Amino acid sequence: MLLIDCPHCGPRDETEFSCGGEAHIARPLAENSITDAEFAEYLFWRDNPKGVFLERWCHDAGCRRWFNAARDTVSHAFLEIYPMGSLPKTDAGKAAYAGSWRRKTASEAAAKPSSAKGGKA
Amino acid sequence: MAESPDRGARRLPGGKPKYSIFSLLRNARSYHQNWQRAWRSPEPKKSYDAIIIGGGGHGLATAYYLAAVHRMTNIAVVEKGWLGGGNTGRNTTIIRSNYMWDESAAIYDHALKLWEGLTQDLNFNLMFSQRGVLTIAHSWHELREMSRRVHAIRLNGIDSDVLNPDQIKKLVPMINIDPSIRYPVMGGFLQRRGGTARHDAVAWGYARAADDLGVDIIQNCEVTGLRRKGNRIEGVETTKGFIKAPKVGCVVAGHCSVLGAMADVRLPIASRPLQALVSEPIKPELDTVIMSNAVHMYISQSDKGEMVLGAGVDKYNSYAQRGSFPVPEHMIAAAVEIFPILSRLRMLRHWGGIVDTCPDASPIISKTDVKGLYFNCGWGTGGFKATPGSGHVFADLIAHDRPNKIAAPYALDRFQTGLLIDEHGAAGVAH
Ligand SMILES: Cc1cc2nc3c(=O)[nH]c(=O)nc-3n(C[C@H](O)[C@H](O)[C@H](O)COP(=O)(O)OP(=O)(O)OC[C@H]3O[C@@H](n4cnc5c(N)ncnc54)[C@H](O)[C@@H]3O)c2cc1C
Ligand SMILES: [Zn+2]
Repeated sequence: MLLIDCPHCGPRDETEFSCGGEAHIARPLAENSITDAEFAEYLFWRDNPKGVFLERWCHDAGCRRWFNAARDTVSHAFLEIYPMGSLPKTDAGKAAYAGSWRRKTASEAAAKPSSAKGGKA
Repeated sequence: MAESPDRGARRLPGGKPKYSIFSLLRNARSYHQNWQRAWRSPEPKKSYDAIIIGGGGHGLATAYYLAAVHRMTNIAVVEKGWLGGGNTGRNTTIIRSNYMWDESAAIYDHALKLWEGLTQDLNFNLMFSQRGVLTIAHSWHELREMSRRVHAIRLNGIDSDVLNPDQIKKLVPMINIDPSIRYPVMGGFLQRRGGTARHDAVAWGYARAADDLGVDIIQNCEVTGLRRKGNRIEGVETTKGFIKAPKVGCVVAGHCSVLGAMADVRLPIASRPLQALVSEPIKPELDTVIMSNAVHMYISQSDKGEMVLGAGVDKYNSYAQRGSFPVPEHMIAAAVEIFPILSRLRMLRHWGGIVDTCPDASPIISKTDVKGLYFNCGWGTGGFKATPGSGHVFADLIAHDRPNKIAAPYALDRFQTGLLIDEHGAAGVAH
């Protein structure tokens, strides 16, 4: 059983939480100008690393609020818990963020407001 | 359904001594000290015509059918641990083909037809037992949905019958059909051709027969990199050095995303633990497999007498081959109410395997953007039953570089076209 440190409520049993999977998947804003393959990156393709994984959790049976976490998928250790809408601050978290293939995808580029403006939407 | 599958060369044409009642008697005379080795342990050659990564049931079946049906014998299976040490040796061995969608019916029944006769094909006792698989329903909604599914399954020519609680009680005397329990048994559906097989024997039987045809099976050899030249695969980097091959098939279940990352192949997979446990052995009591999708429970009795119980999949990604305790705890709570005799049993062993879950609960059998690199994964919680069929169609894909009719719907591009094979919605759970 994992003890997860909810940033709002403190340490609680894992049964109180649900895991929302990979964090930092931005919805492409230029839907009409990206291809089906690029949209599939957003919709279906998932990072699934053996090691540090950035993911979202929700404290379902507590405050019902979401937060992000950097967790090791081999040891299950939580390396960092950080708020929604922000990026990890630890070295391990930063490396996982920068190292994810998603940073190089067209769907993520299309999620940036600047490219949405450039899109033909 | 469709015509019967091409089983290829049968019964060890390579000349390996056969297992039979006579060899048993002969070997008894020397106190079983002189049995031949089931397969060689060769050092890898510098190059092969094809390499299969992963020595689980699916990888070994692929190698066997490449050799037996497609006559590709200059091939190797590369396994990082021991044969069948992954999910093949960790699963609860339920075999059935009662899936709802046509694409699923085609591949799972293809597999079931191969199971029927596989012991003879491989000259290895797989202890394949068609004892029937009963899926129980706990609500009116589930029961109605089940009858709808039974009709769809029957239209595909696959046997399937709806049973009421009294019929279930007759089939499974140890079940509690009291309507007042938390998960009341309101009915169920039975596939009589379903059942179980001995998991290790499946890996060993395929390995022995593939070795007989000349396939090199290389254990304790981890693939650490996939070498490509431009858009083509060149071979695999391993802990025993580089091995060259123009065709590489990845069949590594929970580790498919790790292998994919080595060649920039993206997959929609999440790797999760799935857990099971067995009790102390008791006298024969249960001769049917029973599954409940609502509880995420499945139970059968092994030939040794142990009650084999499986739970639902864990809720977060993991590569640790152990699970989260609350998951089996929830399953056991419901199981002891449905089968009261279980409450007295001691559980002997409990373990987890890392399963490759896919968004539509259907597998991926596919070419990739890298020429010569193929993936077979995404079987998630329910691929043991498909072992022979999966290996058979994957071998065909690798040999001809184009999918056959059964494999085609399982290509990766379905996540772009939207032609998903959504067995999550249809079957709830897919063991
Ligand atoms: C607890 C549990 C219960 C289950 N119950 C059922 C059931 O009742 N019915 C059913 O149909 N299915 C069931 N399944 C699912 C089933 O076990 C799998 O879908 C199936 O066995 C997958 O077979 P495989 O050969 O693809 O994978 P595996 O047997 O896992 O083989 C993959 C192999 O690849 C190797 N490998 C990984 N990385 C590398 C590398 N880098 N280099 C070399 N080798 C590597 C691994 O060591 C492993 O041996 C269950 C699974 C679990 C865990
Ligand atoms: Zn909280």
